[in-house]
Amino acid sequence: MRYLIPLGLFLVLVLLLAIGLRRDPNELPSVLINKAAPTFRLPQLDDHSKTFSADDMRGKVWLLNVWASWCIGCREEHEWLLEYSRSGAVPIYGLNYKDKHEDAVAWLEELGDPYVLSAVDLDGRVAIDYGVYGAPETYLIDQSGTIRFKQVGPLSPDVWSKKVLPMVQELNRQGTTK
Amino acid sequence: MTRIRFVSVLLLGLFAFGAAHAQTPDEAEIERRLHKLSQELRCLQCQNQTLADSPAGLAEDLRREIRVQMRAGKSDEEIVAFLTARYGDFILYRPRVTPGTYLLWFGPFVVLLIGLFLLFRYIRKRRDSIAEKPLTDDDRRRAEELLAASGKETA
Repeated sequence: MRYLIPLGLFLVLVLLLAIGLRRDPNELPSVLINKAAPTFRLPQLDDHSKTFSADDMRGKVWLLNVWASWCIGCREEHEWLLEYSRSGAVPIYGLNYKDKHEDAVAWLEELGDPYVLSAVDLDGRVAIDYGVYGAPETYLIDQSGTIRFKQVGPLSPDVWSKKVLPMVQELNRQGTTK
Repeated sequence: MTRIRFVSVLLLGLFAFGAAHAQTPDEAEIERRLHKLSQELRCLQCQNQTLADSPAGLAEDLRREIRVQMRAGKSDEEIVAFLTARYGDFILYRPRVTPGTYLLWFGPFVVLLIGLFLLFRYIRKRRDSIAEKPLTDDDRRRAEELLAASGKETA
């Protein structure tokens, strides 16, 4: 009995540490889930005279992917994005984050362009509204313009098939029955 | 004529120099507020630095955004609300007191109280375990003898 209490306390400590130390401190719970996607109007990468706004996407389920040519995780993610884009499951729009125009264009030419279009956030102001703190980040936005899911870091095939795809299908199903 | 022009150019130059260098008191106040506020905020890219210390791109952007909002007359509370609406409470180095953080704020005091309670209980138990045992007449006589003997020695 004398030793049971310290042993019990020790086991509780081990359990807490086992949970706490496994969590990735870079993964923050997003406060924007189930909130309205911040609106913006930005020039398009291909043609600066044209603009793109989150409001243009009302009534559609879409992904907003924050990327930059200087971002290492984006390179890892790019191959996957091309695949998701080819599957045609959901349109992917890019937010080119604090990038040089030439670099961004060269990147898409070299690696392929998974985006319907990319909007240019030169000074990162729109990214602040979206709470971006580490590219790549991806937002799933529904028909009403609500953010339903956010991925910080590369959108891996695992997350895509287990989280994003089922949510997209569910949202599209709800959208058509409405 | 040339002299007047020369003097006026010189004066103009001086004015321009003054304008470029003297920060308006407003700007100095904003920098002071920014510095104070950004020490309470976490840089999200390099999580163990404050927004004031961090050289990361995002920290720079956020400082610029805070400046813009301060110039627009926003209070510190409004700016903190703006930031937490986007990045969550995690951006605050001093956690808010909410039901979710009660354990964090008050846990140590609870542990302290438990410790004090255990300490007092232990002290009382120890005091009670040393039972009072009155001296018998025999003991008293022996004690007096011993005292008398040691008294002789020292004398």
